[in-house]
Amino acid sequence: MTTAVTSKEVKQPKLQKAKNSIENEKIIKVDRKDAKLALAHMYVAFGALLLGGLAGLLQVFVRSGAFQLPFGIGYYQVLTVHGVLLGLILTTYFIMGFQFAAVSRTAGPLSNTQRKLGWIGFWVMTIGTVAAAAMVLLNEASVLYTFYAPLQAHWIFYAGLALVVVGSWIEGLSQILRYAQWRKENKGQTSPLLTFMAVVNNLMWFVATLGVAIEVLFQLLPWSLGLVERIDVLLSRTLFWYFGHALVYFWLLPAYMVWYVVIPKVIGGKLFSDSLARLSFMLFLLFSIPVGVHHQLTEPGIDGFWKFLQVVLTFFVIVPSLMTAFSMFATFELRGRELGGKGAMGWFKRLPWKDCRFLVPFIGMIAFIPGGAGGIVNASYQMNQLIHNTIWVTGHFHLTVATAVVLTYFGAAFWLIPHLTGRKLTSKMNSMANTSGILWAVGMFIMSGAMHIAGLLGAPRRSEYSTYGGSEQAAEWISYQIAQAIGGTILFISILVIIGVVINLLWFAPKGEEEFPVAEAAPGGGKTPAILENFKVWGVILAALIIIAYTIPIFEIITNSPVGSTGFKLW
Amino acid sequence: MHIHKYEKWWLVFGTGTLIAFLIIIGVSAFHSGTHPNNSKWTLDYEKVDETAPFDNPGVHKVEGKDWDYEVVLVASAFSYNPTEIEIPVGSKVRFIATTKDVIHGFEVAGTNINMMLEPGYVSEQITTVDQVGEFTIVCNEYCGVGHAMMYSTLKVVEADDNSSHK
Repeated sequence: MTTAVTSKEVKQPKLQKAKNSIENEKIIKVDRKDAKLALAHMYVAFGALLLGGLAGLLQVFVRSGAFQLPFGIGYYQVLTVHGVLLGLILTTYFIMGFQFAAVSRTAGPLSNTQRKLGWIGFWVMTIGTVAAAAMVLLNEASVLYTFYAPLQAHWIFYAGLALVVVGSWIEGLSQILRYAQWRKENKGQTSPLLTFMAVVNNLMWFVATLGVAIEVLFQLLPWSLGLVERIDVLLSRTLFWYFGHALVYFWLLPAYMVWYVVIPKVIGGKLFSDSLARLSFMLFLLFSIPVGVHHQLTEPGIDGFWKFLQVVLTFFVIVPSLMTAFSMFATFELRGRELGGKGAMGWFKRLPWKDCRFLVPFIGMIAFIPGGAGGIVNASYQMNQLIHNTIWVTGHFHLTVATAVVLTYFGAAFWLIPHLTGRKLTSKMNSMANTSGILWAVGMFIMSGAMHIAGLLGAPRRSEYSTYGGSEQAAEWISYQIAQAIGGTILFISILVIIGVVINLLWFAPKGEEEFPVAEAAPGGGKTPAILENFKVWGVILAALIIIAYTIPIFEIITNSPVGSTGFKLW
Repeated sequence: MHIHKYEKWWLVFGTGTLIAFLIIIGVSAFHSGTHPNNSKWTLDYEKVDETAPFDNPGVHKVEGKDWDYEVVLVASAFSYNPTEIEIPVGSKVRFIATTKDVIHGFEVAGTNINMMLEPGYVSEQITTVDQVGEFTIVCNEYCGVGHAMMYSTLKVVEADDNSSHK
């Protein structure tokens, strides 16, 4: 039933328009067993949010100079907790839970095998998380979430993170199998958009995580186990960043799924264009990976020509984001005018500002504008020298991942969790959710703004409180660090409000039915070209781009490599 | 595939802007030579102290080169050698630096002198110091518990001694 409705929605938008009112009345539910699987991910994700947020609060306090950590806890230990829990655990668990729900909702319930794979993946990820967390808590792994060699953590830390990746592969495979089943059962038809998007994100993740998997399996694990004495540091960093930049798109694409498919339905409008949404996801698949060297612009051992080539490819990945921005605001304007908004900006006022499912992700969208612009600065080759490893970079990704992406996740959780638990988002919870979004905006404006300015003045990232021997420049940074503590405190209050709403939606909200909003295509979009779903073609282009961007740099790193490094434990 | 007229304009404008940015930084890099550190010079990080020029860290006035001074700097957990660098304003300087242990950063705060120091590699950057003042050199890559205690100072001083710069 689910599949039939969805495929028609995409295939025959005009016909569907007439039936609109009838279809809208009926809520299509995620299968109950699949809902359990998705919910399991939400528990871990929001647990990570609370603990990771607390670690962040401690950091901004320490850096203000007015607070010292008790019980011999190290600043960099707390920083590792913050990065691992929020950058890796919150994101990966939310993404996988959301994608399971999205696939089940739009392609139909998972088969028993697919669901079993989902649970195996979940437990593999969770065992890995617990193992890595134990090593961090024992102070055996204060190497931050980028774990750059030759700082050497306990091997269990690397093995734990490897299990998180392997678990996510198993889960991704389960989702792709559901998609393949749908294609088989609906030959020649355009697949449900949300399922297609989840599949693209999983494929991108498979190709990207190969880099970090090779780094961990062939370099870090044998080296930390003492099987080999030395490690090629530059090679390990290059493999890490082959994965590391695609990682940010793995975070971003689920937010784009919500923006493209969910938000239009929430505001009562239509998906602007099915084809353009698919095209933008395919462009992300192509350009997310062969760009990692833009994180290594100030490093020795990589030729300027290859750095610049990856800068050019990095700029290409901005194009699908430009497409997304256009689609979003076109959808908003069309809907605002439909509701009677007049004049150049009258439509803007008509949008549902009091609906947290719209407002919270919308704040995220706005943050992505300065976040994206700052990203262009960071990637601009020699301009990178001004900001590399300064706290400007921290300010940048707190606008992108820590506002645009996570506010969209939270905005989605506010309807997804009650949808999965069979409860209702009450108007009281709705206004609490809106409050959390506004608090987040205010806190992040202060914290990220102060980080950007201090970074331009030279303040380094990932550094605890220091006066640098009474340096005048460092004294100037400290006033901004106090501002960061104020912003960070507001953000933590926002996290507490969010956790309160989530607890309510999990266990206490009134029973009822909450919609999983899925927009249909606007009329006149035409049939989606089949080429957009031909993964062989896009896969070949992707492989070619990766080979062009990475073969010679990696060859040169290996042939030009100095004697490798032994491990250091300097914390 | 149908693309709305305004969206076409928007994408042409956006992509055009990106291409303009790329041309600007590309010309600046490959024509004017403003590359970030791209050094291919390698050494044995365990023998830094015995390897020239790192057997003699400090500020060296040089003759017959494209620059006036060479600053040779060695980073290790958690300090820089030398801890203070003094150079007359207006001089062209080549910074040459490496690390004896883990990865460190070399950032002259508030300027675009910024490079990663990785074991086994020498990092280099050439610049003209054109502003008098005291600049803090900070380690901007996490290197361990003493990371934030790791600094040096670059003093750019008035060129009262005429022989010290051309």
